Amino acid sequence: MKVAKRSYDAVIVGAGGAGLRAALQLSEAGLKTAVLTKVFPTRSHTVAAQGGVAASLGNSTEDNWHWHMYDTVKGSDWLGDQDAIEFMCKKANEVVVELEHYGMPFDRLDNGKIYQRPFGGHSQNYGKTPVSRSCAAADRTGHAMLHALYQRNVRANTQFFVEWMALDLIRDADGDVVGVTAMEMETGEVSIFHAKATIFATGGAGRIYYSSTNAFINTGDGVGMAARAGVPLEDMEFWQFHPTGVAGAGVLITEGVRGEGGILRNSSGDRFMERYAPNLKDLASRDVVSRAMTTEINEGRGCGTDKDHVLLDITHLSPDTIMKRLPGIREISIQFAGIDPIKAPIPVVPTCHYQMGGIPTNYKGQVVAPKDGNASSPVAGFYAAGECACASVHGANRLGTNSLLDLLVFGKSAGETVVEDIKSGNLSLKALPEDAADLALARMARLENQTNGTDVHEVRLAMQRTMQKHAGVFRFSDLLKEGVTKIMEVAEQAKHTQIKDKSKVWNTARMEALELDNLIEVAKATMTSAEARKESRGAHVRDDAPDTAEFPNGRRDDEWLKHTLWYSEGNRLDYKPVNLQPMSEDVDPIALATRTY
Amino acid sequence: MTMHRGRVRWHCRRALLELDIVLTRFLERDFDQLSDAQLVDLQDLLNLEDHDLWAMVNGSTECSEARWMPFLGMFRESGRESTIDNKG
Repeated sequence: MKVAKRSYDAVIVGAGGAGLRAALQLSEAGLKTAVLTKVFPTRSHTVAAQGGVAASLGNSTEDNWHWHMYDTVKGSDWLGDQDAIEFMCKKANEVVVELEHYGMPFDRLDNGKIYQRPFGGHSQNYGKTPVSRSCAAADRTGHAMLHALYQRNVRANTQFFVEWMALDLIRDADGDVVGVTAMEMETGEVSIFHAKATIFATGGAGRIYYSSTNAFINTGDGVGMAARAGVPLEDMEFWQFHPTGVAGAGVLITEGVRGEGGILRNSSGDRFMERYAPNLKDLASRDVVSRAMTTEINEGRGCGTDKDHVLLDITHLSPDTIMKRLPGIREISIQFAGIDPIKAPIPVVPTCHYQMGGIPTNYKGQVVAPKDGNASSPVAGFYAAGECACASVHGANRLGTNSLLDLLVFGKSAGETVVEDIKSGNLSLKALPEDAADLALARMARLENQTNGTDVHEVRLAMQRTMQKHAGVFRFSDLLKEGVTKIMEVAEQAKHTQIKDKSKVWNTARMEALELDNLIEVAKATMTSAEARKESRGAHVRDDAPDTAEFPNGRRDDEWLKHTLWYSEGNRLDYKPVNLQPMSEDVDPIALATRTY
Repeated sequence: MTMHRGRVRWHCRRALLELDIVLTRFLERDFDQLSDAQLVDLQDLLNLEDHDLWAMVNGSTECSEARWMPFLGMFRESGRESTIDNKG
């Protein structure tokens, strides 16, 4: 089969915040840059980010990057790499101010500076008191950010391939990445995008869970492609469950609601977070709040007929504050819970929200994997940023507002690294291997010719239910073990999906089948990595690793202070050390400590 | 002008879960019955930014085009019927 080829300096897969920020860096440097995206750029899931972007500007309260770094390391439960975290926190002010100059309409203080509000897990003086660090544009921060970045990219002549779905990574005999294959949805034709550099910015895969705040497009396409190409996935056992998804719908209520004074209450009306996190209370880190809520529900203090949720109360806030600062929240609550939060509290439950793990990268955005005794050897030509990547700044638990910061800092950093690598001559257009398109074409042909196969929707549902039951907020040793067997069975079914409609043009059934190939890689990685990690840390909490005097919170630094690496081939695990050393001498390492709020 | 049904269907994939939920039931129940003319109107509606479309669905802003009103009604009805419906 003849496959069309296109050549670029760089090809970026994904046009959310990370992809657009990386693209901007490349296009403004004069590199020929293609961005592939399965939806129109401003319809990427970054649009949904409500809360804000963290930066220690200190506009509302005293702040500095050292405090931000401490909060992020502590939030990560010490699994984050301290060099990458230092890099991100130091760069925060620069990327936020840059965005302001691109036209991002941040909320303002009366003195004209960017308004900042408090957010869970962010503090002054190394955990002492909450700090106002989140820069926001009402509750449309992600939307405003994406538009500012998209418009800037249009100005910089970035070439967009809209409604193109990337299929597989192309690696040559040296293991170097030389591009991707992709399908144009309008024609169903497969093309090769041959490039000096390939950047993945495809977002997360929150749709592996049954109950998720993620839009349906979040199918982990880059993560799945990387796994199929033999790149390991890092720390995939760590998924953030956002405390406040609307019960029964999954739709997110931003943490900003608690930043503005929202209070979580149980069936007795108690402000239960006072018992779990006496200092930060409702603004404690997301995993702490999610587990507290789950404990309240499990111990019979849940609300409603089935006692299966708790309440988020903002009835004490003035209607003016709600309308001005949190307008979208009111509409969501009315539509999906049938409740006006000005008058009554909103029913909420912890809901899968964010993928902490992903494609392993360093702070430069280079994808790294073990090679010749080096645990973090760069894969030439391959870069990643944003939720699909694991830098690792979020470690075992991400702080709210650090995701928009992550995609800005590491999107830019990946772009800068590519520009340097190309200009210095480190990266050139390597020859395409003979079999460049074979993997993608084989997947397409398999789907085309499958008979007596499985149903895409049923397999996806089986995957989502398996993940929800076996690897949820609380994890149980026996359920995890069973979960590995079950998810491998589901993965077997996913190999035989069949579509009835074989048409080439705009065949959404084919796209969903191809997406499932990516989701299932993520699901296998998550379940296998979670089963193996025999400790509790951050978002990964097991019944057989309880809080004891010897091992507070069930964390076992003696055995498990290490990153998981999962390989798709053979469903195999490996590990690499956590980098506890910051990148500069400006700061001492944040010493291991028990994580309490 | 004839729209490809598959294309319009794909444009029902949104950035916001709120819209995915309200559009899922609509796709199952109402989409196949739409005429070609309705399909063009729907595509125009789907060209709106997610937050603007969502604001019209939840009634916080007024619908700017009369021809979109029937769709918004169908979306709202779908949203009310849906809880978690994992088609994505």
